[in-house]
This record gives sequence, C-alpha cells and structure tokens, in this order.
Amino acid sequence: MDYTFHWRPVFRALPDLLDAGLLTMEVAILSMVIGIVTGLLLALARLTGAAPLRWFATTWIEVARNTPALFQLFFFGFGLGAFGIHLSPYFIVLVGLSFNNAGYLAENFRGGFQAVPPTQLRAARSLGMTATQAYVRIIIPQVLRIVYHPMTNHMVWAVLMSSLGMLVGFRELSGETQFFASKTFRIFEYFAVTAVIYYVIVKVILALSRLIGWRLFRY
Amino acid sequence: MNATTSFFTGFQFSDLGFLAEAAGRTLLISVISVAAGTVMGCIFGWALQAGRWWIEITLGLVLDAFRSVPLIIQLILFFNFFPLVGLPLNPFFSGAIILSFYTSALVANVARGGIEAVGVPMRRAARSLGMTYWQDMRYVVWPIGLRAVFPSWVGVALSVVKDSALVSVLGYVELLRASQILITRTQEPFIILALAGAFYFALSYPLSQYSARLESRWKS
Repeated sequence: MDYTFHWRPVFRALPDLLDAGLLTMEVAILSMVIGIVTGLLLALARLTGAAPLRWFATTWIEVARNTPALFQLFFFGFGLGAFGIHLSPYFIVLVGLSFNNAGYLAENFRGGFQAVPPTQLRAARSLGMTATQAYVRIIIPQVLRIVYHPMTNHMVWAVLMSSLGMLVGFRELSGETQFFASKTFRIFEYFAVTAVIYYVIVKVILALSRLIGWRLFRY
Repeated sequence: MNATTSFFTGFQFSDLGFLAEAAGRTLLISVISVAAGTVMGCIFGWALQAGRWWIEITLGLVLDAFRSVPLIIQLILFFNFFPLVGLPLNPFFSGAIILSFYTSALVANVARGGIEAVGVPMRRAARSLGMTYWQDMRYVVWPIGLRAVFPSWVGVALSVVKDSALVSVLGYVELLRASQILITRTQEPFIILALAGAFYFALSYPLSQYSARLESRWKS
C-alpha cells in the first residue's frame, strides 16, 4: 500500500463540514415536520375521505413507497422543469424528502388509526365534541403514541436520505464533503470523516427521540 | 448541412432499448446483492441470536454502522478505499459488494427476529425428541421463522432494489443514470423520468401488495 493518508486538510475543513451537518439536520427535521402533518392528512383522506380524495392519497402513498427516493428528488429537480417550475437545490431536497416522508408516515399513521378503537371517537362525539375536536384531542394523541417508535426510525431515514442532496447540487453534509474532496482529491479521508459525522448525528437523534418519548409518554 | 445545428435530438424509439438495457443492469445488481446479502444476513442474524456476548456486541456495532451511515457515503468511501489497498474494482463489483453488505445488515435483523419468533418451548420440545441442533434449525425454526419474517424480508429486498439507484454515483449506468444521460441529450425530462419511475413502480408495487396480502393471511 503506497498511499499516505492526509488528514490535515480534512481537519481544516471540519468547521465547514459541521456547519453543513447542521444544514442536514435542519432539512431532515423540517421535512419530517411537513411529512408528519401531510402524512396525517393523507392517512385520514385514505381512511375517511371521498373517492377522489382517497384515490389521490393512495396514489401519493404508493408512488412515494414504490420508487427510489433519488428518483423522487430528480423528479422534483428536473422533471418539473418540463412545466417551467425550477426549484433551488434546497427546495428540491426539502420537497422531495417531505413527499417521501409523507408517503411512508401516512402508511404508519393508517395502522395507528386502525389500532385506536372506534368507540373512542363515538364516546368523544357523544360528550359533545365536534369531529375536529375529537380527532385533535382524542384520536391523534393516541395515534402518535402508537406510531412514535416507527416515526423515530423514519427520522433517521430522513437524515440518511438527505445525503442524496449531493446529487442535485445541494451543499448539505454530503454535498459539502464532495465539494472539498474534489478540491483536494483526498476523497477517502473526507468521506471517512463525513461517515463518522453522520453516525454521530444519527445517534444523537435517536438519543434525543428516546428522551422526548420518555418525557411525552410517561403515563 | 443545415443552416442551424441542433445539439439536441428528440426522444426516439431506439432509446427505449437503451433504457431497457439499463433496467436490466438495475435488476442484475439488485438480484446479486439481495442474494448475497440474504445469505450473509442469515449467518449474521444467527450469530447475533446464538453467538457469545462479545460476538453479539461487535457484530451488532458493525452492522449498526451500515444502517447509520448513508448508503451513498458508504459507496463512495469503499469505492475509493479499494484502490488504496491495491485492489481497484470496477463500479459494478464495488457497488455489488457494498450493496450486499448493506443488505446483510438489514437482513441480519430480520433473520434474528425470525429465529426469536420461534418459541423456546417448541425448540426444547424438538431437542427432547432427539433432534440435533441443526435438525431443530432446519425442520422447526426455519419453516416457522420464515413465515414470521418473510414479508419484512420482501420489504428489505424491495428497498435494496430502490437503493441500487445510488450505485450510479460510482458511474455504473443503471436505470436512473441512463435516464439522466437521455435527459441531457433530449431535454425531455418529464417523459423519461416518468418511464424510469414506472419501471421501478411496476417492479415494486405488485411485490409489496403480494407480501402485504401474505402478511394479513398468515396473521389470521
């Protein structure tokens, strides 16, 4: 092996990489929040909506689950260009990830809604709550408790998927790493450090979500 | 010679052949990786379930790393690592190797779940009927465990087919890369991406529906 590892340029770039790591987390968390709200709506549409709504939600969910995430990013990045819609790299990743998250989470939520006994809704309604009140105060909190664990797994997936931003020109952690790596040709060193940063981010998110879950679902 | 030269030619019928060939390459690398990854994953899963505590901890940590680092980073990292140890591999082989290990990390958890799905009393019963450990594995654990985790294995296999799109970063021309090449030439992103997406969908949707049906049938 006649290769000398040079770690110095990587450490010099470390602050930039860490900043990019924050950007990765920002996109992942934002896409997760949008994904949760949209996913709840999709799940409700699929379970209780009128036929066209149900059809729309089903199409969304199945496309999101049955095509590669990279394809979805390319579609929002380049495919929409055919209609004259050009998104910036940040929004390509955000929209693409939110679309994907919403599809996967909707399926989780559907399972959660089906696990809450229907008598809960009827009891809430007969206490005089409106349908919206009953859903927001009675049903959805129970659903969130059921799907909390799969949801944290999906949060990790969102972080990992955001690395695809590199291929649509978004300079989050992976894109930034590629940028630096192509300046110095120290590809292995840069990506090794990035792999470690991703690992740490994932572990931090898992620890945080365990903490939040423990705080939220004490009773 | 025309007065104006166009740099772009429209989408032609022969391009479908190019896409089909690339789709074949997507299938090839996914089938190889899923097959190799499943074999390795079953061994790892068994080691996780039946091994000593230090095997469980080290193997668990290594497999967890595969699941905690984005696949695209793993691909670039190892693709650039092989030449450093004097083993330059072409994109197909390094892609297949990394996808296999990635699959094995996912399958290991599934396989472990399958072994644990078989109740301990049942396995003790098998042993006390005079079966050897491997007979117990082959005739008791395998059929029952397979039934419990087959749907999740299908899920893993389908996700690997979808993740195989990432091997394109190494320069392997699979379906998504081929569609990008065509887009660059034809400037018709919508129809080409729709074709590529339709291929993945047509492959993945029936299988996922099938496994969901199996799951609900076996549960009852």
